[in-house]
Amino acid sequence: MNLIETFRTGLEAVVSHRLRSSLTVLGIMIGITAVILTVGLGEGAQQQVGSEISSLGANLLIVSPGSSTSSAGIRGGSGSASTLTVSNADALASKTVAPDIAGVAPVVSASELLTEGTTNWTTTLVGSNPSWLSVRGRTMAEGRFISGHDVQTHAAVVVLAPTTASELFGGRDSVGQTVDVAGSPMSVIGVLTAEGSSTTTNVDDQAIIPITTASTRIIGGTSRNNLSSIYIAASSSKTLSAAYQETDNTLLSLHGITTATSADFTITSQQSLLATATSVDKTLTVLLAGIAGISLLVGGIGVMNIMLVSVTERIREIGLRKALGATPRVIRRQFLVEASVLGLVGGMLGAILGVVVAIVLPHFISNPIAISGPAIAGSIAIAIAIGVAFGVYPASRAAQLHPIDALRGE
Amino acid sequence: MTEEDPISLGLDDTQQVRIDDTGTYPAFSAPVIDIEDVHKIYRTGSLEVAALRGVSLTIAAGEYVALMGPSGSGKSTLMHILGCLDVPTSGSYRLAGEDVSTMTEYELAEVRNRRIGFVFQQFNLLASLSAWRNVELPLVYAGVDRSTRKQRALAALDRVGMGDRVEHRPGELSGGQQQRVALARAVVSDPALILADEPTGNLDSVSAREVLDLLDELHHSGRTVVLITHDADVAETTSRTLRIWDGQILEPSSASATGGAA
Ligand SMILES: Nc1ncnc2c1ncn2[C@@H]1O[C@H](COP(=O)(O)OP(=O)(O)O)[C@@H](O)[C@H]1O
Ligand SMILES: [Mg+2]
Repeated sequence: MNLIETFRTGLEAVVSHRLRSSLTVLGIMIGITAVILTVGLGEGAQQQVGSEISSLGANLLIVSPGSSTSSAGIRGGSGSASTLTVSNADALASKTVAPDIAGVAPVVSASELLTEGTTNWTTTLVGSNPSWLSVRGRTMAEGRFISGHDVQTHAAVVVLAPTTASELFGGRDSVGQTVDVAGSPMSVIGVLTAEGSSTTTNVDDQAIIPITTASTRIIGGTSRNNLSSIYIAASSSKTLSAAYQETDNTLLSLHGITTATSADFTITSQQSLLATATSVDKTLTVLLAGIAGISLLVGGIGVMNIMLVSVTERIREIGLRKALGATPRVIRRQFLVEASVLGLVGGMLGAILGVVVAIVLPHFISNPIAISGPAIAGSIAIAIAIGVAFGVYPASRAAQLHPIDALRGE
Repeated sequence: MTEEDPISLGLDDTQQVRIDDTGTYPAFSAPVIDIEDVHKIYRTGSLEVAALRGVSLTIAAGEYVALMGPSGSGKSTLMHILGCLDVPTSGSYRLAGEDVSTMTEYELAEVRNRRIGFVFQQFNLLASLSAWRNVELPLVYAGVDRSTRKQRALAALDRVGMGDRVEHRPGELSGGQQQRVALARAVVSDPALILADEPTGNLDSVSAREVLDLLDELHHSGRTVVLITHDADVAETTSRTLRIWDGQILEPSSASATGGAA
């Protein structure tokens, strides 16, 4: 009996036992859909965090005051120390000191109350220089950004992020208007383009003023020269580690520190943020994959039951076929074809259903679902393996019986 | 006669020659069936049933043998062993001179496929297949190509008078019709030995008569036929009758009708 015959016989068996075949297919289908969706949910979360972190700005390094307690970039006493100054930032901006640094944005920030007429809005007030815009990878929706002249003259000007602008002005035009920033009137010179909210901070709700204005008019006192952080853009992603080294060396020597481990500042790169965030999400993915695996196992046990019952039901058929001259090999092959077809059809339908739900569901829930090739291929392979293991093994045992024992159907 | 009789099996003497042509076994030098001191013990848990207790017999090519005996005497057990569907607990079985106990699983499959046609009391047709698809099964396992299979299956059904029911499934046929389909399946691969275990046990008298006529036909065309029956009249028409009682052959095969080919 050739392979085409075997294939035909196997297919006929699938078609002629509709109920059993559809139950098997259904079991496999549900298991696979569950795997694709759970793995997709985990990977989707991972990708989302990744893209949000990269939207913080290209090739970004963030220097914060305070020492690092672990290499993973978790800072201890961050912000409590006051070790970064404007002159540090100026030194880093020098092309001779740090050739791989494209832009330096020293930042002072504080939560302040903004008032326009009778409207009050508390937001993050950021004092920085003209480099901030490119270093943070932002663009202007209206008006202009802070200029070098504004910084030199301690100009009373403010740039609003879009959410801040709409909270204060509603739909009205804000550029050219005046707002009260922590008691000082400042004129609005521009509005940033919306960026979308990140997981940690709302980058669309802030107000940016010249750093000199911030330290003389808003913050003042002894801490006027102390920065909250310095944002640094490397000239490209390839020079990020060179820029990291230049920043580290420059600040260590400016602060008179000889051993790198006792540094009073911390440099965070997007990569390290990304690594931390992805590792958290990887844990989530592994967890979800575990749940998916369990659902596949449960589905597999169901399939196994149906297969075992169906083989038991069909031991008489096996006996008859043997009595008519079928060899054990031919019987095995027939059941192999049957089981593979059921596994494959169930796997395919499960994959299609999984992909469709992965596309449709994110419209109704806030979580994105990634479509993972390995998850699809892997779960189909597992489905076929389950079908084959539990369909072929008992059939091949039955094929070893004497025909009459099988015909008695015991 | 083939043309006149609608339920004739249409087998002629040239097919007898074909068996010799295979060279597998010389038809006249060794008996088709030669068993010696065969025992069969069924074990169910701690219980042991001796279904056959030292059965010896020889059947020559072309004989038509009736096997009679009360229910539970071991007729079916013996028939299954003769059909290579089961193995004896002890004793030897030579099929056309060849020792069956030394055959591999694949050789046994071939013997069941080409040399023996088995007719069961319960028909044993596959419910999901049409009549002709049931009949072609032995040819499928013999590796015959599709168009030849269909042609031969239809011809076999025609010979048992089922030519107008080839697309019917077993569930759509009467008992007699199902048994005729089963008979067509038993002869489709042209075996030299036909074993029928109470083929008329589940049939009305008219259907039973038709099936017995067909077996008679097979015998006349040179087949060796062994038939289990309860009907003494049927036994009269065969060339020899063996009586089995409590797992033993009662009357040692007399020479009365040995070698009674038509
Ligand atoms: N599979 C089996 N397991 C146990 N005992 C069996 C089995 N088949 C038959 N027997 C016993 O063997 C004896 C002979 O049975 P069987 O050959 O079917 O008799 P018959 O066909 O003459 O009616 C009976 O006693 C029966 O109960
Ligand atoms: Mg019986």
